Amino acid sequence: MTTRGSKKIWITVGIGLLWFLALLWPLLGIHPEGLEFGRTFDVFLKVAVAAVSITLLYRLRERGALDMVESPLRRLATGAQAVVARTPKWVLYLVILAVAIIFPLVTKRYAHDIAISVLMYVCLGLGLNIVVGLAGLLDLGYIAFYGVGAYTYAILYSHFGLAFWICLPVAGVMAAIAGCIIGYPTLRMRGDYLAIVTLGFGEIVRLILNNWMELTNGPNGIISLKRPAILWPDFANGFSFETLYLKKLWMMYYLILIITILTIIAVYRLNHSRIGRAWEAIREDETAAELMGVNTFLLKLLAYASGAVFAGFAGAFFAARMKMVSPESFTFLESAMVLAMVVLGGMGSIPGVILGVVALVALPEAFRQFELYRMLVFGGVMTLMMLVRPKGLLPAKRVGKRSEEME
Amino acid sequence: MEYFLQQLINGITLGGVYALIALGYTMVYGIIQLINFAHGEFFAAGGYMGVIFITWLAAQGVHPYVCMGLGLVLAMIYCALLAMAVEKLAYKPLRRASRLSVLLSALGMSIFLQNGLMLTQGVYDRPYPSELTQGGFEFGMITISYMQIVIVALTALLLVGLNLLVFRTRIGKAMRATAQDKTMSALVGINASRIISLTFAIGAGLAAAAGIMVGFYYGSVNYTMGFVPGIKAFAAAVLGGIGNITGAMIGGVIIGMVEIFAAGYLSSEYKDVFAFIILIAVLYFRPTGIMGENVDDTRV
Repeated sequence: MTTRGSKKIWITVGIGLLWFLALLWPLLGIHPEGLEFGRTFDVFLKVAVAAVSITLLYRLRERGALDMVESPLRRLATGAQAVVARTPKWVLYLVILAVAIIFPLVTKRYAHDIAISVLMYVCLGLGLNIVVGLAGLLDLGYIAFYGVGAYTYAILYSHFGLAFWICLPVAGVMAAIAGCIIGYPTLRMRGDYLAIVTLGFGEIVRLILNNWMELTNGPNGIISLKRPAILWPDFANGFSFETLYLKKLWMMYYLILIITILTIIAVYRLNHSRIGRAWEAIREDETAAELMGVNTFLLKLLAYASGAVFAGFAGAFFAARMKMVSPESFTFLESAMVLAMVVLGGMGSIPGVILGVVALVALPEAFRQFELYRMLVFGGVMTLMMLVRPKGLLPAKRVGKRSEEME
Repeated sequence: MEYFLQQLINGITLGGVYALIALGYTMVYGIIQLINFAHGEFFAAGGYMGVIFITWLAAQGVHPYVCMGLGLVLAMIYCALLAMAVEKLAYKPLRRASRLSVLLSALGMSIFLQNGLMLTQGVYDRPYPSELTQGGFEFGMITISYMQIVIVALTALLLVGLNLLVFRTRIGKAMRATAQDKTMSALVGINASRIISLTFAIGAGLAAAAGIMVGFYYGSVNYTMGFVPGIKAFAAAVLGGIGNITGAMIGGVIIGMVEIFAAGYLSSEYKDVFAFIILIAVLYFRPTGIMGENVDDTRV
């Protein structure tokens, strides 16, 4: 880039920083007692230094000054990719599976906790991935199905004392039914309208959970649920089966690991089936797909329902893991989180979604001391990702250019 | 009967507030076909800026009514600046990207702004100076507070002003032209990017005014206050026919009425549900809204 181009960038950064100062100062500096400048400049200086250094790095990179750092790194990455490509797939899967199985044996409780929430969000993310990534339907109320699953277990247990293992499939079915109920009137809409209507439905479900006192106990939620139990062979007096509750966290880890693996297999099979192809056709161009004889409405409903099933499973597990449910866990923000995971990782790609989940669940744990800024950074990153890499970190291979981008 | 009239008055007041927020949605959607999720946050920021400026001005010994007026203007300017910054950062680079990317970018901005407000202003409710707004007229069983009159009057004033701007000035003409065809309007010398920026600024200014009025009406503001009114105002915009300014006003008043009457006669816990149900029903049966014309369904 020429000097003029460079000058333009610096002027833009300068104006942007001044603008930021003008927006920041009234928020921090105006008090009834008087005007204050110290705190504003404190924050402003930090942001200014960060912005200037990022711009500097960006400029240096464009001029090729960072090549000596970048090119070895890139060579390393290509080398690693080549090694991965040469190893047979099943070896890779076995290694990942082995790591996942050994994981709780070598780590502590805190790590189990994070691993469980990572796996739970993987289930949710993969379920949403069917709806958003494969069928291309933007759903902002996905967490409602998670809520339906969680409350199914909670209500069936607290009213009828049913066991977790019976409730798990029931939760899936209930979520699928909810998916059909919500999907049926909404799926004729497209794009933005669908997004806003699903958001509305998600809020309706939350409001019902919050206000139907007789069934859901309202804002207090349902407490003291039981963990799932399994029959365990006992050799103490001869041979018998004991009922063993999965009280330890690592047992719950294995349970969610199994659910996640099943989800991954199911989503993979769906993606590579006739139905998956039809979904992708709908995503790429709905009108064309319909003309080719794809029953778009039915398939969209199916995408909705099957996405909801996985959310239902994850929800039932969530209820069993927390031993309680309350409507607070099913807010719009959670929907946005799951959506962000899917989009950040790369819509339509299973490794991408897993990567997105790890990035958004595990990384904030590493920066615990900045807890307060977590959602701020999360919002910022979401916008930034759309600007620099809208396809996600690991985009799916089978993605065409969307028809609406052609305009 | 008194109860009904009282609810009617409350409904008009609330409807005016929703109409003001809905205008921002409808104008932005009309011009760049984007649901500006961050719009509810401009409303919340307006509420906060109102309380910040008004309490500061009051501490300087300014006359209370001057405080309110000046605070309103300053908050509107602040939100206009905020909206222009958000537009430049989060939407302008994505003009040619897919709809999903822009929507997610808007969602990210909404979360960012909401948490920015929380970090700078704290998580607790911020009280509005209530001594400015006490009192009202009484007609038998019905009370109309001064604040309700102020809200309705100010809403009407702003709406008339906006109508004059859009339908009587060159800028308004440029806005309408840009909304209809960006390429053609660029060819005749309209700076589309400046017009879009201006649209955001006006919409956010109106939302800020709504934020202050809600602050006075309910007595406090909170950093999460933008989300639900934002969605309801969007429902109002859709109900009126999105992109249609008159429609947004009518839609806003209808949504406000429905909410108040539903809360008064049916169930106050589920009052928020009714706005969503209207939204869904309108989109299902008449996606172009009350005032909208038929558009080809690829845009919907």
